[in-house]
Amino acid sequence: MIATLFGNLAIFVLSLLVGVEVIGKIPSTLHTPMMSGANAIHGVVLAGAVITASLANSPLGYALTFVAGALAAANVFGGYVVTDRMLQMFTRRAPAPSAAPTADDQKDPS
Amino acid sequence: MTLFAFVIGVVFLAAATLFVVGLHLMRLPSTARRGNLISAGGMAIAVIATIVFSLVTANGSWIGWLALVLGAAAGAAFGIVRARTVKMTDIPQLVSIFNAVGGGAAAAVAFADFVLHSSGLRLDLTSSIPIVLDVVIGSVTFSGSLIAAGKLQGVISGSPITFPGARIVNVLAIVIALAAGVFAIVVGNNVLLLVVVLLASLLFGVLMVLPIGGADAPVIVSLLNAFTGLAVAMAGFAINNQALIIAGALVGAAGTILTLQMAKAMNRSVLAIVLGGFGTGDSSSSAPDDAQDLSNVRELTADDVAVQLAYAQHVMIVPGYGLAAAQAQHEIAELAKLLLAHGIDVKYAIHPVAGRMPGHMNVLLAEANVPYEQMLQLDEANVAFDNCDVALVVGANDVYNPDARKPGNPVSGMPILDVDHAKSVVILKRSMRPGYAGISNPLFTDPKTGMFFADAKKGIADITAAVKEYVPS
Repeated sequence: MIATLFGNLAIFVLSLLVGVEVIGKIPSTLHTPMMSGANAIHGVVLAGAVITASLANSPLGYALTFVAGALAAANVFGGYVVTDRMLQMFTRRAPAPSAAPTADDQKDPS
Repeated sequence: MTLFAFVIGVVFLAAATLFVVGLHLMRLPSTARRGNLISAGGMAIAVIATIVFSLVTANGSWIGWLALVLGAAAGAAFGIVRARTVKMTDIPQLVSIFNAVGGGAAAAVAFADFVLHSSGLRLDLTSSIPIVLDVVIGSVTFSGSLIAAGKLQGVISGSPITFPGARIVNVLAIVIALAAGVFAIVVGNNVLLLVVVLLASLLFGVLMVLPIGGADAPVIVSLLNAFTGLAVAMAGFAINNQALIIAGALVGAAGTILTLQMAKAMNRSVLAIVLGGFGTGDSSSSAPDDAQDLSNVRELTADDVAVQLAYAQHVMIVPGYGLAAAQAQHEIAELAKLLLAHGIDVKYAIHPVAGRMPGHMNVLLAEANVPYEQMLQLDEANVAFDNCDVALVVGANDVYNPDARKPGNPVSGMPILDVDHAKSVVILKRSMRPGYAGISNPLFTDPKTGMFFADAKKGIADITAAVKEYVPS
């Protein structure tokens, strides 16, 4: 048990350092998509929900599985889709001048 | 360790590598989208590997799997619909909501693991400690992020909400959460204690974010993002899953760095923000109304501004919160396009905290088809201001206040845009009201500055119409 914990702790600390190194290089221009992208990555807790599902053996366990699955899936799918939507606007080279903006304006209540 | 568990472990490491490579590619606008897709690929691999591992090793019932599929389908549908339909100005709220659900999921996973073992022997400390930490952090993130999203959306008042004794209740909540947590660890199999931890932590999350001003909310969102990362890593410790540990640590580091950078750009300490009660909220609504003397101000009309722009060579646009609030990104892009078409050099000077959160202004301008090459960061912009004929400031107050170079005021030492280095300055805002820092800007009364009082959207549209009169078409 204690050996497993040590292994996991080592992984944790080294990952923190890698995170600091990688994130520190991202310019402020991209901070919003990066925050959203990092947000999507912690949706990996969906894997935790899978383990929960495979072990659940009581009504409370099933309920918690449902909750964990729903919240984690919203995190993963929503996070990646919205990040992609933002970044796709940064990468398009030949803008279609007015099509996209008007569609957005119509939804705009103000 | 069986060979099978080893193989699954290696797959987790591959997924973790893809997360890191994905984040690394996010440092350039041109590769960022690919980076996000690579990160999503890592996610798919990690989840599928976990499913395979669970199907082979665990002997749970089909009800558990059914609950997962139903829950995941509902969650995915919600997430995708919100992500597809959200307005770009509302991105900060959505990020906060996705953050909340991540924290909630992490708490639920840990809670379920605790319940699983509650009928049997006392849980080993290597499991129970991360479980309790996960429930505490995950619940605080869940309720705190929802409140932050409410503040950003305007559902909950952006001004700090406090009541007598709030701080005492706050301290009590966290003390109860931690005390119950310690008991839960010592007893090792009492679910009721963990319920107390959960409820007290949820309460603490609410009370922690309520007193924080709306303008500070993005910093809190980022801080809570870091918390979710830690909660997910704790879940990884509890169920011994390395994919969760690595991803959680990466996000924890990302959130922490971003929080510090953001606080620095706003000239505030993270501690002061968390203690709350200072942020005045949206600059338009609750800023003190000690308007400066209008007699020293040179007031311009749309026509005056248009003349200046039409005969300039280098124009720098400085977009601020007011532009985002008025959703005027399309109007400003149209004006810039018109000027560019007549050979005038137009660039955007973007302060790190312009908009509602760092980099948000870049997203809004990208939405309006502004190429990212035209968006200058602080350092690049400050070089360009020396050679700039007209600086057009739209809805910004503090990010170019020259007083930041002097000691002894709320913006002292804050990194600013050197708008005052431009030959001529036009400031478009609704009134003389000070911004978030609550102090006046000496540039408003500078002889080379002209003020154009209007709503950002309408004001820019008027300027554009007037410019068309001056440039040959």
